[in-house]
Amino acid sequence: MASSQPGPEVLYQARIPVYPRSVKGRFRNLKWGILTFAYGVYFLLPWLRWQRNVGPDQAVLFDIGSRRFYLFDLVVHAQDLFWLAGLLMIAALLLFFVTGIAGRVFCGYFCFQTLWTDVYLFIERLVQGDRVARMRLDRAPWTANKIVRKGLTHMLWLLVAFWTGMTFTLYWGNAPDLLVEWFTGTAPFPAYATTLFLTATTYVMAGLAREQVCTYMCPYARFQSVMFDADTRIVAYDGTRGEGAQGRHRITRELKTREQRQARGVGDCIDCGYCVQVCPTGIDIRNGLQVQCISCALCIDACDTIMDSLGWERGLIRYTSEKELAGGRSSLIKPKTIGYGLVLLAAIVGLVWSVGHQAPLELAVTQVRQPLFVRLSDGRIQNSYELHLANKTDEPIRVAIMMRGLAGAELDVGKLASVELAPQHSIKILARVRWRSGHRRKGARGFQFDVIPQQRQEIGMISGPATFYLPGGEH
Amino acid sequence: MSEAKGKTQGTVQTTGHAWDGDLQEFNNPLPNWWLWSFYGTVLFAVVYWIFYPAWPVGTGYTTGIMNDITFVDSQGNEKTTHWNTRALLLKDLQEGKEALLTKEYMDRIADAGYAEILGDAEMMAFTRSFAKGLFGDNCAPCHGAGGAGVMGLFPNLADDDWLWGGAVGEIEATIADGRYGFMPPFRDALDEQQIDDVASYVLSLSGHEVDTASAARGKAVFQSDTGGCYYCHTKAGTGLKSQGAANLTDQIWTIADVPGAESFEEKKEVVKQVVSNGVERRMPAWSGRLSPAQIKLLTVYVHELGGGQ
Repeated sequence: MASSQPGPEVLYQARIPVYPRSVKGRFRNLKWGILTFAYGVYFLLPWLRWQRNVGPDQAVLFDIGSRRFYLFDLVVHAQDLFWLAGLLMIAALLLFFVTGIAGRVFCGYFCFQTLWTDVYLFIERLVQGDRVARMRLDRAPWTANKIVRKGLTHMLWLLVAFWTGMTFTLYWGNAPDLLVEWFTGTAPFPAYATTLFLTATTYVMAGLAREQVCTYMCPYARFQSVMFDADTRIVAYDGTRGEGAQGRHRITRELKTREQRQARGVGDCIDCGYCVQVCPTGIDIRNGLQVQCISCALCIDACDTIMDSLGWERGLIRYTSEKELAGGRSSLIKPKTIGYGLVLLAAIVGLVWSVGHQAPLELAVTQVRQPLFVRLSDGRIQNSYELHLANKTDEPIRVAIMMRGLAGAELDVGKLASVELAPQHSIKILARVRWRSGHRRKGARGFQFDVIPQQRQEIGMISGPATFYLPGGEH
Repeated sequence: MSEAKGKTQGTVQTTGHAWDGDLQEFNNPLPNWWLWSFYGTVLFAVVYWIFYPAWPVGTGYTTGIMNDITFVDSQGNEKTTHWNTRALLLKDLQEGKEALLTKEYMDRIADAGYAEILGDAEMMAFTRSFAKGLFGDNCAPCHGAGGAGVMGLFPNLADDDWLWGGAVGEIEATIADGRYGFMPPFRDALDEQQIDDVASYVLSLSGHEVDTASAARGKAVFQSDTGGCYYCHTKAGTGLKSQGAANLTDQIWTIADVPGAESFEEKKEVVKQVVSNGVERRMPAWSGRLSPAQIKLLTVYVHELGGGQ
């Protein structure tokens, strides 16, 4: 291709490859723990079976076809979907709250991008070796060894990506059946599209794009920085200690012990570069707080390892705040954190209350508007309504349909005045209301439909407001 | 991103041609991703030609090798055809998930009696949603989307007045076989005064206050062979269902817009118009166009609109 010719102007910066080195330490262990837990939940949850009187036996199932989300013992109906808004609000507020206090904790420990990149790096290391080996392999000519190693890496990546996409798809159908259908070519089209799309995105994001996702694509990375202040916990290099008066310096014969170094005004940083080598985004934490830093804390582990081996105290790179680095004390009890905390608490309480008080029975009344009313042979006026009745419990309920609020009105629901609602099922019933209004009464009158359970008294009566329209009124 | 300067350009390639001595053109090749995407589309097109209908050949076209859509056409013959979206749609309308679900309900409805359907909330809900489409396609052009009809032209199906009977059997007969409603014009048979008197009497039947003398004269015309109105409307004025004759004693008017008239004179005028000009209305038969199950669904739907009988 012509682009290999000298000259064509490059419109974007080529990615500088990052070869993160492995590191051991407390934060690495914590991150492996979180990763194991998160992967365990994500990959195993669709396979967890659950006993229900009515509905599928899958613990977590997002059933679009029947418009129900099954979450263990909770069944979320279409009408309850505002809970999703509540959940998203809580997620956003939690992000604000945590970021205000402890910085980009989400990025470093919980973000899918971080978790999947970690696994991909693990695979890469397993097949190709650690940082130096990988760099050497990349520079090497394409020998059989390189082809096998590179090919194996990408195949394993694709496998992880595929299973990630497949698992996501399995949440939307009965997992064992859907999996068999998927491989026998009988699954619905969206199952293939979703799985293959997520396979592609996982492979590209975690395998090829990696830190570029955080730096260039992710909006959270940018707006989390807005919530930072001088008190926010950040992963930072203690420049005062590390640089001393004369700057950092490698260990040499004359600069071996701390006493020697301090006498020469040299800081504690021995410029070994370990913190830079382990960084998954390829930055140097010693340059200060940077937008690329996802607060993964691996540089802390790296520096601690070095300090331990030298017998010096840990914390040259540590969780601190800008204020503390400048010698002050940071306080986390501030209007901002208290405010976020209170709003977060309110949102959680609100959602939990709402979920806990899910109505077992629901009634929605829709007016038939065409025609809005009809005159009957005896001069009365008739309005029609469609009643949408939903039974959200696991037992059948027999209910009676009544009305009140219009003196002398007649309710006609055909032969369905008493109707049995199947468990977890909804039904629509047409109700006609006939009423003789006085001559002077025109316009609209409000009244109520009542749905009265005839057994299972613990479920109370529910009512739905409706309007009766008369000819000649203002509508 | 804008830091690309410096690390890229060597000498810029030109097309090697110079105009006017020094005017040259840069050779900026296409970006690789663009070029390979283009090659990809070319490859895609070739694969497409092989599998799908593509090239016009004479009066026909190449059909592609995917001759695998089997469906039942409107004549009931099984056909296998090359890939095309119309056949896919037909197939989906017959074998799709929703089609099968609809069929299951249709079979239940076909097997059930009217009493069973009316007492089953599930079947009623299906009827309402499915027959709404049937009604919209076949009935709404005259009777309106909600069945309210048009005064003077098409009867209101949402009220409780049934010209030809409001029991399910009668509604079914009306839909299946159609109806022909006829009232002769009386402008030649009766004189001006007699028509005026008959109008007074007709209005008195539904409780309007009228000139009693005129109404008495009108009654004589109505109840005797002079007018012969009672042949169809009966002596009580309640109407013969077998003739589709209107009940004149109730508050519902389907031809003369009495409720819409402001004054008594106007009310009388609209009634006189009907007596003078007569009525001729025809509803076509639907038994040839709709299946028995569809007529059953429409029957239940119409029955439910006004509450039925």
